[in-house]
Amino acid sequence: MNSTSTPTPTLELRGISKSFGSVQALSDVNFEVRDGEVMALVGDNGAGKSTLIKCVAGINSIDEGQILFDGEPVTIHGPKDAAKLGIEVVYQDLALADNLDVVQNMFLGREIHDPAFRLREAPMEQRTVETLKSLSVTTIRSVRQAVATLSGGQRQSVAVARAVLWNNRVVFLDEPTAALGVAQTRQVLDLVKRLADQGLAVVLVSHNLVDVFEVATRITVLRLGRNVGVYDRDKTNEQEIVEAITFGSPAPEETGAVA
Amino acid sequence: MSSAAPADVQAAAEDQNSIGAIIRARWEAIRGGDVGSLPVIIGIIAIGLFFNAKSPIFFSAVNFQNLIGQLAGVTVIAVGVVFVLLIGEIDLSIGFASGLCGVAVAYFQQAGTGHDYPGLVALALAIGTGLLIGLIQGSVIAFIGVPSFVVTLAGLLICQGLILQILGTQGVIGIQDKQINDISNYILTKNTGWIVATIFAVGLAASALGGYVSRRRAGLPTGNLLLTVGRVVFFAGLAYAAVAVCNKAQPRPGFPLVGLIVVFLVGLGGYVASRTTFGRHVYAVGGNAEAARRAGINVKLIRILVFMISGAMAAMGGVILASRLNGIDLTAGGGTLLLDSISAAVIGGVSLFGGRGRVIGALYGGVIIGMVANGIDLLAYSDAIKLISTGVILLGAVTLDTVLRRRQATVGR
Repeated sequence: MNSTSTPTPTLELRGISKSFGSVQALSDVNFEVRDGEVMALVGDNGAGKSTLIKCVAGINSIDEGQILFDGEPVTIHGPKDAAKLGIEVVYQDLALADNLDVVQNMFLGREIHDPAFRLREAPMEQRTVETLKSLSVTTIRSVRQAVATLSGGQRQSVAVARAVLWNNRVVFLDEPTAALGVAQTRQVLDLVKRLADQGLAVVLVSHNLVDVFEVATRITVLRLGRNVGVYDRDKTNEQEIVEAITFGSPAPEETGAVA
Repeated sequence: MSSAAPADVQAAAEDQNSIGAIIRARWEAIRGGDVGSLPVIIGIIAIGLFFNAKSPIFFSAVNFQNLIGQLAGVTVIAVGVVFVLLIGEIDLSIGFASGLCGVAVAYFQQAGTGHDYPGLVALALAIGTGLLIGLIQGSVIAFIGVPSFVVTLAGLLICQGLILQILGTQGVIGIQDKQINDISNYILTKNTGWIVATIFAVGLAASALGGYVSRRRAGLPTGNLLLTVGRVVFFAGLAYAAVAVCNKAQPRPGFPLVGLIVVFLVGLGGYVASRTTFGRHVYAVGGNAEAARRAGINVKLIRILVFMISGAMAAMGGVILASRLNGIDLTAGGGTLLLDSISAAVIGGVSLFGGRGRVIGALYGGVIIGMVANGIDLLAYSDAIKLISTGVILLGAVTLDTVLRRRQATVGR
């Protein structure tokens, strides 16, 4: 049915509902992602993609439903809980502090320090260089330059590399290629594939179906806060996904598989 | 993306240690808008040369000694301002908060009353007062979300009111306690001065060496050893020169204790800002508070702690100023103290937009403001000239900051 090897999803959401006042952002949504696969999460504006990410990242709390990690029920109350589980979210443009350099951003909030809270710069810089190298990010000249001086693609690479640095299990990428040029998009998509190759469960949130079909193994479609279906990349086409996004037509072979 | 890239990176790392490469990188950074301390150091030299040409006394030993005492209060308060500006906030209460803490130190040592405590206890109570002011203001700002401008403006009025209330009937409290008066007026003996300068130099060298060794051990680019040594020699030389000059001052030769306090507090502040996790989080909150929050940093706590630092530094500054006058009166914390302190931080290269600048900037800015005030007094110009020149320098510093910021933004994208 799908190309992933693990029987249990790394991260699974069951029957998630979330409302903001009278607005029902998510109702009874199911979602899953497994180790070593790229799961795309697509939908029109207002479909609930961002809300779903924020629920998993601990920015928003969920009203109803269950989150399972490696098959075990877990609760996520804040960004720290998500980080502890190994869930990392790479946000569209809120991820980095411009005034800090690459190393400082990579370790932001999780700095290596001695018992007196004194920063240990050498190991941080060392691990940053190693991580960037392991992802073949070679366009960054110095890891001590401020992020403000980097290009859009380089920033996105730093944000993604941060997810790898922490031996995360699940990485959410929120519109990683929005506002990037052709060559930079290429860089980032290669990076996304490399993440999955390293065994991570990757969730790609994107409007760009060309990108999605290039790197994703499966595609989850949301519409107006509800599931439309989960599609296998090899058994569907852009036409079908566009219809699912706009009209919410049911997916023939995969709808039953998630629930 | 090419397979040859790792070798290039290796070569680049080796290459980064040569002096030529460092100068080139520095020059590129300057062109990109990251000028560091360059403008302020040029400013200090230019102002020094100007007043030297105008007044023969300006570069005399006794005036140098006097200058240290004059700039101490503002510089210490400015250290707190740096932290507040780094998180992108403002603290307008520091002037009268420092005045109120000056009143507190005088009040808690007042002889012949029920609150006649030893000097150091009174000092601790004054700093506690500053911490409390910061805690209250910071909590309102962090938890309720009232803009810091308004909260600290209210704090300014309340502190001024409290000063008037406490001093009301008598209008003045004299300080008789020797420990408190010594803070601004004690002069180190000549030999103690040399010992202190030596400790400073050794500490500097040890810190530089430690950094060099740990980077070398980790196989990271170490920078040029010659430049590192040069920097240590330069600042150590500055310390010895300062002691040497002060030891020539008549009638009371020696380095003022208050100068040591300033150097210590600036050093401590710089250490906290650049070497600890707390300092790193302060910069992150100023650079992008949302990113900091999503990285799991407790942004509210950082804001509150920063306002407490500001309060404590204002308190220390207020005590220094009260000690210098051997007492406190109704003008405490007023005048240009608030604006001088904020100006000192801004002139020292700390951005009003948050996230950029260094604590040592407080010292550079304090020196510039102190030199201008001192020089203009020596030349017997009016206060009008003093205000106008300080204003022009401040405007220049803020304009520079804004232009550089825009420049950095355009280089980035």
